Amino acid sequence: MKLHSNVPEGPLAEKWTEYKSKMNLVAPNNKRRISVIVVGTGLAGASAASTLAELGYNVKCYTFHDSPRRAHSIAAQGGINAAKNYQNDGDSVYRLFYDTIKGGDYRSREANVHRLAEVSTDIIDQCVAQGVPFAREYGGLLANRSFGGVQVSRTFYARGQTGQQLLIGAYQALERQISLGKVEMYNRHEMLDLVLVDGKARGIITRNLINGEIERHSAHCVVLATGGYGNVFYLSTNAMGSNVTAAWKAVKKGALMANPCFTQIHPTCIPVSGNYQSKLTLMSESLRNDGRVWVPKKLEDVKAIREGKKTGNDIPEVDRDYYLERRYPAFGNLVPRDVASRAAKTACDEGYGVNKTGLAVYLDFSSAIIRYGKTEAHSLGLHNPSEAKIKELGTKVVEAKYGNLFEMYEKITGENPYKLPMKIYPAVHYTMGGVWVDYNLQTNVPGLFSLGESNFSDHGANRLGASALMQGLADGYFVIPYTIGQFLSGEIRNDVPSTDLPAFAEAEKNVRDRINKFLSMKGGQSVESFHRRLGKIMWEYCGMSRNAEGLKKGRQMIRELRDEFYRDVFVPGTNEEYNPELEKANRVADFLELGEVMILDALDREESCGGHFREEYQTEEGEALRRDDVFTYVAAWEWDDEEPKVHKEELVYENVELKTRSYK
Amino acid sequence: MKLKLKIWKQKNQTAEGKFHDYNVEADEHMSFLEMLDVLNEGLLENQQEPVAFDHDCREGICGTCSLVINGRPHGPMQGTTACQLHMRHFKDGDTITIEPWRANAFPIVKDLVTDRSAFDRIIQSGGFVSVNTGQAMDGNAIPIEKDVAGEAFEAATCIGCGACVAACPNGSAMLFTSAKINHLDLLPQGKVESSKRVVKMVEKMDEEGFGNCSNVGACHVECPKEIKLENIARMNRKYFAAKLSAK
Ligand SMILES: Cc1cc2nc3c(=O)[nH]c(=O)nc-3n(C[C@H](O)[C@H](O)[C@H](O)COP(=O)(O)OP(=O)(O)OC[C@H]3O[C@@H](n4cnc5c(N)ncnc54)[C@H](O)[C@@H]3O)c2cc1C
Ligand code: SF4
Ligand code: FES
Repeated sequence: MKLHSNVPEGPLAEKWTEYKSKMNLVAPNNKRRISVIVVGTGLAGASAASTLAELGYNVKCYTFHDSPRRAHSIAAQGGINAAKNYQNDGDSVYRLFYDTIKGGDYRSREANVHRLAEVSTDIIDQCVAQGVPFAREYGGLLANRSFGGVQVSRTFYARGQTGQQLLIGAYQALERQISLGKVEMYNRHEMLDLVLVDGKARGIITRNLINGEIERHSAHCVVLATGGYGNVFYLSTNAMGSNVTAAWKAVKKGALMANPCFTQIHPTCIPVSGNYQSKLTLMSESLRNDGRVWVPKKLEDVKAIREGKKTGNDIPEVDRDYYLERRYPAFGNLVPRDVASRAAKTACDEGYGVNKTGLAVYLDFSSAIIRYGKTEAHSLGLHNPSEAKIKELGTKVVEAKYGNLFEMYEKITGENPYKLPMKIYPAVHYTMGGVWVDYNLQTNVPGLFSLGESNFSDHGANRLGASALMQGLADGYFVIPYTIGQFLSGEIRNDVPSTDLPAFAEAEKNVRDRINKFLSMKGGQSVESFHRRLGKIMWEYCGMSRNAEGLKKGRQMIRELRDEFYRDVFVPGTNEEYNPELEKANRVADFLELGEVMILDALDREESCGGHFREEYQTEEGEALRRDDVFTYVAAWEWDDEEPKVHKEELVYENVELKTRSYK
Repeated sequence: MKLKLKIWKQKNQTAEGKFHDYNVEADEHMSFLEMLDVLNEGLLENQQEPVAFDHDCREGICGTCSLVINGRPHGPMQGTTACQLHMRHFKDGDTITIEPWRANAFPIVKDLVTDRSAFDRIIQSGGFVSVNTGQAMDGNAIPIEKDVAGEAFEAATCIGCGACVAACPNGSAMLFTSAKINHLDLLPQGKVESSKRVVKMVEKMDEEGFGNCSNVGACHVECPKEIKLENIARMNRKYFAAKLSAK
């Protein structure tokens, strides 16, 4: 299969403007006759659904949540990037574009990323107009902060709740269109299959999660904005319900899964505390501005700490290994996420982990407290302040900056991070991989589009902080409303297909069959227990570092686990009721297939880049070794029960030079 | 720690519900919802029906979790959602009662799960700024005083959980509705539609079957985001002013 990226001709900076001015349009009277299905109400889905409705399309929108406002986007903390250059610090569309390409370790499509940087500025304007209460300076203008991997200050934020505020903005726009009758909203409806009619995406099958009704819905096209698949690892920072089912059903109907092995592991999360652990909590990247990462130098200290005989505070300065500062003197604690995560793993693999499980390192604010304390004392004109006074003043400064995060840490761990160093460990956070799309955000299935974290388009092998929110809203507010016309302009003579067509009946039957299979199995193990085991396999063999032998073993184990699942899973109750176990069974079944494709992708990519680290491909100092001559491509996977197949889209770099990232 | 749980079980909206007793062995580091996971895991092992409860982010931000624990929405800790509550705040041998939100406007779906779509309908009635995508001027065109933006933000941190309604003896949604109204009303972008919005949203709230406010203040006490009571007073002033000027 040849993959066409459909990137328009012309110079990089003019492509999008040129393309928009020549694109096919759908006249207002025709828009009223056309209907669009949007699955998902996160930033990408809510922004797309509301904007398409504003334009005049009839939108049907679906979420498995009980309200559109609860999508996982709500949990984003840190901020959203935009090339506004309000700080006058040298930012520009080109710089945002370049940082994103470089941060992604040169594995994303130039034209898509440039467009993202271009529309980033409109997003901020739109959100302000909706009433998003961004942080402001004393002069009343918008405030910015910095995030990892860049040298400018371009991140807009609303304290530690940026995702919440942006989503509420998009949700309100969506609710407005619902009230105007332009969006028909289906809450607690889960898409369980995609329906193709004559090769085009024309509908979906859903299950009403309250009463189990299986429903058919048709439209002129289908837009998926269903989020990422990090929960394939069981433990991740994603919300409990985040899943791959919608995207996976599309793959089963012919769409392709691109770069599925590109997973972002975030370095600063609260470590696992026990077997019952259900999810992991992120501690924002911003903490690495002031926190220093370390482990003890001596194994006897490690032992004493694990036995509870010592704490981090008892280890003298000379016996601490600030390993990021030691290994990466130029960037220190602010190396990118992938580098910081791997270094923590190395320290723990060597036996220096500082909690009972051996899987934690310290993130220590004591130096920052002293440093800030001294500055404060100085500005207050205190001469010879006592150490206690310095600490007291410094603690106040740290509290003002990170108070809500410290509070969250204390709630979860029961330890006071102002007094004892935080314990952190990397955790699965985001998936760069996703459904393959072209420049129009259309998949290889005509009429099927994918937006937000569910597509693969913009972040290459590693995403920079604060860029997922930007991409979700760019796709929904400013890209899809234009590019969808390229497809829909060819559909104005077609009616919405009837749901009585055989394709709908067949898809519905498949959904029912699978549900019946789960319910009648009456096996001996819960869905959760299978999910947990799958997560362990993925983390062990396809996690922070991978090698051919382990990947092959992992693949075998997943296949066996899948067989066992279909023999021995226990799902209680019936279809015709609110049945969370049944919902989970549907999702885990798809994760069990996706996991295998992720492993195959990791095997295929015999190089290390971004979040993908193959142990066989590293420099003598243990850094990632990219192999541009062979692997500058997008790997797009076609599902097959026996042997999934890879299709390749070559990545052509016309504007940036491929370089090795160095943080030393 | 060994715990006794008294949990409300109800098959669906119309069925009768009643309390069931369960025993569970928990660990002080677990979150409250992880304790329920452990309970459910045990029930499933014995091929019994698990307890249905709503949850998603488990970080206190999505507003999905909704348990009345020992008579208090979201449990005993101030400013904390049920998902962020940890078992170290309970003692070995404790008996814990767990119920769903109870309010006319929030029918029970199953066990501890309720239908809170009435909140969405309140937002539909006017909880937005009528601006289409692409119409916006530059984000810095209108400066907004830092403190005012901060106040709007405080109101906007409401997670739409409904604990305020569950806490109120009248089942009033005043705290939720006023938080939304004030978030938008405090900002110049939202001011334009101010009078229309407050009238529509207040009327919608009544229509959905939420009760009146009799100044009990329980909503604020149980609100996991500590949304201020002043929001209600401010909304009421706005509402009467809008009604007066409409006459
Ligand atoms: C803790 C945390 C913090 C983060 N912080 C930041 C940050 O500071 N900055 C940043 O840029 N990014 C951040 N991210 C990443 C960012 O939040 C996500 O990538 C982004 O919000 C995804 O948005 P989305 O619209 O693509 O999907 P989501 O918000 O996940 O929405 C998915 C939607 O699809 C629906 N859905 C899914 N499957 C189905 C189905 N089968 N049927 C019906 N509906 C379905 C869901 O109900 C939901 O409405 C963070 C992520 C996490 C986990
Ligand atoms: S006001 Fe508080 S209690 Fe009420 S919905 Fe909002 S966050 Fe929940
Ligand atoms: S589960 Fe999201 S707030 Fe509790």
